[in-house]
Amino acid sequence: MPQHDVLVIGAGLAGMRAAIEAHRHGANVAVVSKVHPVRSHSNAAQGGINAAMPEEGREDDWESHAFDTVKGSDYLGDQDAIEIMAREAPSDIIELEHMGVIFNRDERGRLGARSFGGASFARTFFVADITGQAILHVMYEQLMKAGIFVYEEWFVTSLIMLDGVCRGAVAMDMLSGRIEPIQAKAVIMASGGLGRVYEPSTNAMICTGDGIALAYNAGAPLMDMEMVQYHPTTLPANGALLSEAARGEGAYLINNEGERFMGNPRNPYYAPNKMELASRDVVSRAERVEIDAGRGVDGAILLDCRHLGKQKILERLSQIRELGIQFAGVDIVEEPIRIVPGMHYQMGGIKTDVDGATSIEGLYAAGECACISLHGGNRLGANSLLETVVFGRRAGLNAGQYASSVTQPVISNAVKSDEENRIQSILNRDPTSDPPAAIRLAMGQSMHNNVAVFRYEGGLKRSREDIAQLKERYAQASISDKGKVFNYNLISYLELGFMLDCAETIVAGAIERKESRGAHTRTDYPERDDENWLRHTLVTLKDGEPRMDFLPVTITRWQPQARTY
Amino acid sequence: MEVAVKIKRFNRESGSGPYYEDFKVECDEHEMVLDALIKIREYQDQSLALRCSCRSAICGSCAMRVNGHAGLACNTKITDALARSDTIVVEPAGNTTVVKDLVVDAKPFWEKIGKVQPWLSPVGPTPDHEYIVDNADMLALNQVMGCIMCGACVSDCTVLEVDKRFLGPAALAKALRFAGDPRDGIQAERLQTLGQPGGIWDCTHCFECVQVCPKGVAPMDQILELRRKAVEQGFVNNNGARHAESLANSVKRSSWLDEKRLIVESYGFRNVGALLGLIPTALRSLLARKMPPLFHHKRPGADKVKRIFEKLESK
Repeated sequence: MPQHDVLVIGAGLAGMRAAIEAHRHGANVAVVSKVHPVRSHSNAAQGGINAAMPEEGREDDWESHAFDTVKGSDYLGDQDAIEIMAREAPSDIIELEHMGVIFNRDERGRLGARSFGGASFARTFFVADITGQAILHVMYEQLMKAGIFVYEEWFVTSLIMLDGVCRGAVAMDMLSGRIEPIQAKAVIMASGGLGRVYEPSTNAMICTGDGIALAYNAGAPLMDMEMVQYHPTTLPANGALLSEAARGEGAYLINNEGERFMGNPRNPYYAPNKMELASRDVVSRAERVEIDAGRGVDGAILLDCRHLGKQKILERLSQIRELGIQFAGVDIVEEPIRIVPGMHYQMGGIKTDVDGATSIEGLYAAGECACISLHGGNRLGANSLLETVVFGRRAGLNAGQYASSVTQPVISNAVKSDEENRIQSILNRDPTSDPPAAIRLAMGQSMHNNVAVFRYEGGLKRSREDIAQLKERYAQASISDKGKVFNYNLISYLELGFMLDCAETIVAGAIERKESRGAHTRTDYPERDDENWLRHTLVTLKDGEPRMDFLPVTITRWQPQARTY
Repeated sequence: MEVAVKIKRFNRESGSGPYYEDFKVECDEHEMVLDALIKIREYQDQSLALRCSCRSAICGSCAMRVNGHAGLACNTKITDALARSDTIVVEPAGNTTVVKDLVVDAKPFWEKIGKVQPWLSPVGPTPDHEYIVDNADMLALNQVMGCIMCGACVSDCTVLEVDKRFLGPAALAKALRFAGDPRDGIQAERLQTLGQPGGIWDCTHCFECVQVCPKGVAPMDQILELRRKAVEQGFVNNNGARHAESLANSVKRSSWLDEKRLIVESYGFRNVGALLGLIPTALRSLLARKMPPLFHHKRPGADKVKRIFEKLESK
């Protein structure tokens, strides 16, 4: 049985950053990932990474960044965690630059920033519109440089739990189908988001909430799962994301009257000061209102980049232009492009402290699968890349230190055979005509219909019933591919199980939170209710059912105020 | 519309294949080849194996051959793929070992990437702040940084087809990402190493990689840029650099290629072993009447060609 001090699950930015930090502090680290590291979804972050770096000619300070984040979160973010993120952001960005990220420069050759939604200053550092890709590839370079071992294309099926303590993970080598327990003194979950719970979603097909569900099933509480971000600019055809960078560079959102509706008070979510750069939940709601009021264009809103000019578009938004041409047949240089709000990001996740520790000893979490909570009810653009490096680093350091304080426990061989038997019993099921893809589609559509930008109790309960029924279908569904090598049929079945667990917790949180805050807008409870709901929802698996608890929000210096942009 | 897709199937585990299997699948006009493959995998044959993830040409998972040429299935439009044939033919990427259906062994690809020391290697003390560099230098790297490591270029590289030792277009483009970065401190070592056999001089400028790259990285252009840098820095003591120099000199002198001299100059006059080894080739050319003329004469207008050279060199 392979043994490590620290096992990182997931090889996106948070996972690789955590691995590098633990390695730097002397731990024997390995990373396990169901895809090659550079295939990870951190790639998709286009616009940039936030940091307040005051400079001559650039007024800014970390408090402003922290406040913007608190306000963006609709006061649900924990302010101690947000302060840490804002304070540590500059040194982490400088470190990325030293690692080799080719950040955009100003005329003095220093780092140059762009504007982003919900931010008081231009503090988003970027590489054209491929910032996530540029950082992810550099982080992988550093992983290679450090010689950290990667279990590449290994799929984690369960966590190894020993007397309530996490001591590794059981994984399947997708190339051979072999199941192998990987023992570790500490595990860092960095498995990313759960976008595929929804259909459509901007997320990659690998974003199936594996780690969130693994931790939940191991007994870890999940926090604020109802907070699901809809991004204001996604393509109607396939849900592909057009980065906020477009609006950051000055693009307009217009309705079928050619009007910038973010400035018109007839839309209850208008933002007279920030206009298109209000925070994402606000803009998504405003778009939905325009479309529902019949002021859309074929059920969509228009993103207009024409006035930016060809040169700026080519230099800074070339990938967005490519996506528009490929997937919508529209060149943003020439004409406005149709966009809709689309499911994009999970603010909630495995509850952790500011050092990445979850409620389970030996289990840490970082990145989108974790909830520290930085983003509260709504994440600001370009704070997610920042979260991965700041809290990936902190989780790596903390897990490494913890690992050095404990001894490698003895793991029974039954861990392996139990998991082999479980998987084999799934493969042995009698054939049915209910493919996993059909179950996933039904789940995704139910979530998109009822647990999206606007929600109400009737719809949420309908989704709760849908998910319960789909779980029954899931338990009966069969795998037609009986092979061992690259059995994607089996993998997608296991992923679907994780997604159904995630969906259940999202719906449970959304039914529970009887107010409107951030991305969670209830038409039956349209106001934010600080008296009763300035608190986190916590969902834990008890006797096979999600059980709700609550936690107070940590407030250090910013008392809740009315939120206008 | 109903789309006909022919997929090359293979399963190392069961020993079945390779064979081609036909599928028919209902697709919308705006959909991509990947959408068709996913529908087939989800509802027709769940054993179909392919790597895919982001669906927006950024993760690099779904490189494969569509109608004989490498590309990303996720940004190849069905209507484009059907422009010249009734059936979309989908095969695994080339120059690799197939594991199952469209899944290939990616290990050799990454081993070659690993050979170009693929990380920034600054020399000297690290500054407290960022490195101060021109934005133009950073923008110049955007093109190579756009590489998503999908391997489409490697799939269709004509040199790799005959010489597995060639580092290949992806690894060499990655090398330029550092050799062209003003923050890197070991550029000379990089350029020297890249001049060795299997490196920058083994590309034959066939343009295939430029053609198939889904991200506009143009690996061949980056290889040529590496050559320019290598020559500039004086790393000319190798067959490739001597070949380029001899070719240019020959055209400058006579306005056409002196093939005999080119061979001798490329290997180097003192490389007696290699030159002796060419005798059988020379004899074969002689018998096939392909031997270049004994005396190499200037062509008419050679002076004009020379003037072009002189004008360029004076710039």
